[in-house]
Amino acid sequence: MKRESAAEVIGKADRRKLVRLQLPFELHYDHLKKGGAWWMPLAWVLAALAICGIFIWLNGMNPLTVYAKMAQGAFGSSFGISETLVKSIPLLLCGLGVAAAYRISIWNIGAEGQLVAGAIAATAVTIYMPSLPGGLYIPVMAAAGIAAGAAWGLLTALPRAWFGVNELITSLMLNYVALLLLDYFVFGPWRDPAGFNFPGTPMLLPEQQLMTFQGTRLHYGLLFALIAAVAFAFFLGKTRWGYEMKVLGANPSATKYGGISINRHILIVMIISGGLAGLAGMSEVSGVAHRLMYGLSPGYGYTAIIVAWLAKLNPWAMIPASLFVGGLIVGGYSVQTIGLPSSMSMMLQGAILITLIGGEMLGKYRFVRR
Amino acid sequence: MDFYSYLIIASISSGTPLLFAVLGGILSERSGVIFLGTEGTMLIGAVVSCLTFAGTGSMLLSVLASLAAAGGIGLAHAFLCVTLRANQIVSGLALTLFGTGLSAYLGKPVAGAALAVTVPRLSMPWLEKIPFAGAIFSNLDVFIWISFGLVAVLYLYIYKTSWGLHLRAIGDSPATSDAMGLRVGLTRYLHVIGGAMLMGLAGCYLIMVYSPNWMEGMTSGRGWIAIALIILAAWNPLYALGGAYLFGGLDALGFRLQLMEIGIPSYFLKMLPYLVTIVVLMIVGWRGRHVPSPEPKSLGSAYVREQRS
Repeated sequence: MKRESAAEVIGKADRRKLVRLQLPFELHYDHLKKGGAWWMPLAWVLAALAICGIFIWLNGMNPLTVYAKMAQGAFGSSFGISETLVKSIPLLLCGLGVAAAYRISIWNIGAEGQLVAGAIAATAVTIYMPSLPGGLYIPVMAAAGIAAGAAWGLLTALPRAWFGVNELITSLMLNYVALLLLDYFVFGPWRDPAGFNFPGTPMLLPEQQLMTFQGTRLHYGLLFALIAAVAFAFFLGKTRWGYEMKVLGANPSATKYGGISINRHILIVMIISGGLAGLAGMSEVSGVAHRLMYGLSPGYGYTAIIVAWLAKLNPWAMIPASLFVGGLIVGGYSVQTIGLPSSMSMMLQGAILITLIGGEMLGKYRFVRR
Repeated sequence: MDFYSYLIIASISSGTPLLFAVLGGILSERSGVIFLGTEGTMLIGAVVSCLTFAGTGSMLLSVLASLAAAGGIGLAHAFLCVTLRANQIVSGLALTLFGTGLSAYLGKPVAGAALAVTVPRLSMPWLEKIPFAGAIFSNLDVFIWISFGLVAVLYLYIYKTSWGLHLRAIGDSPATSDAMGLRVGLTRYLHVIGGAMLMGLAGCYLIMVYSPNWMEGMTSGRGWIAIALIILAAWNPLYALGGAYLFGGLDALGFRLQLMEIGIPSYFLKMLPYLVTIVVLMIVGWRGRHVPSPEPKSLGSAYVREQRS
């Protein structure tokens, strides 16, 4: 075997060094860095569309046709736009609710159950108080919805505060309980006797229904949602309570030494969270379905989690986020006409959330020039 | 067969999917990663094994396919939580949503069609001769025997081997383990993926044995009950066995009571497992208020080597 001279060995090493990929920058992880530019969420939404596109394509459809169909269904006509707005009302209300909880790391995923509880209570008003003066129905129903949602939220908050029970699990278990309760009422005692076995209560009287905007299904619940968003932003930015919540979210142990009671905040936040979801339930009954019925909510409480994270828990950003996600749901319905299940939109929502949180963390890497 | 042995068999067979899912969750959480994608992973496992069985007719292939698909979900979770250090809770929720949607999308062509599948039962003459328990043992299928084996193996692995010691160390204090020279990231990856595979197996059992026709969202909250059972089982595979069968029993009992028409509307009987979960967790929380929680200390927080803990 031929022995290599020293110069040859060095030459080889040099060549190897040249061949090795030398990126002009390094990636540094910086956990304090705020994630990325304003357009980043849009980029991650596109990435999610691409991921789901692969699955659609594998199933033998053209993803672009499907997405075009969805977009057209959601935003392509005045009917589509009003439907999207209708869907965005409960999403915005529930999204604000869960965001309040997430801000202090209380993982409330029970908005669905709280919404249903609010819907049941609002319907109970119409059934058990038949002789209210007409103008009082809407405020009483709204109050009942908020109270029931808040109470359902307390069922999660109290075990958490007293026994340290993981609120994630309690709130989720209570979703199933609330849905079964809804089924019991609409299949059992409250079923419309003249409804040909339709699992729902009788239709609400006109004065029990929220008014709609001229000639559309869009109802005045929209105002509830917008007022809630503004109020949330105000409380968060301008009050002591909002400040305490920010501290609590940033550093729970500092809060403890600062004399802020965590348990009190858990209770307050879950009451607000549940109350907003309960109001959403009331507005669904009174503004959209005009009755309590089986399958009242197609999972708004879960979808609201996406809205909250899409907006990074910011109440102002939640308005466009809820519109976008509402559009996804309406788009999901419109692809049913070309033989795809409406759960398409759920797949998209999940994928968007995945790319979004992944992307947010990628945004914490800093490019450092060598 | 009398009522009690029926109940025992029914609770074992409806507890087994829970057991697989709890074991998977324990594996993942022992390494310090919360995996809330259980529900979605089970659904993916179920739909993939259903599709594979409808396509090939081979049971082994469908089990393997569900393991692989669920492992893929686990890989995604591990990538998000370990490499990108994303919020583990949000990532798990996202995967559950994604899995639920994707499984409904994939399962549309086979929805409602019954699978002609018979899972082989192990015949063990010497066990079947035992007076009372014999009838029960003769009714167990292969999956249940596998689940028994898994409980033993995982218990020995976590508590009696040095790998298990390392796993627990990583779950409790990744910084110390890293200083010891253990590979925190790799261990977390492997256990999250392994755990997700077990959840896929749970879904596979659900569709192969428990109710052999695919329906959208057929897990109906079992994944979430499994997550609650992890806490109940104190992250110990042996206790998971008891917890899973207790809840399987509740499920079976509710169904049985429904058939007996005792006057309680079935909706309230169906609430039973969910309500009992909450009550049991409250009792566990109350009893454990003065002792340190057995939960892995670093559960839910990503490990960053450069960061003070």
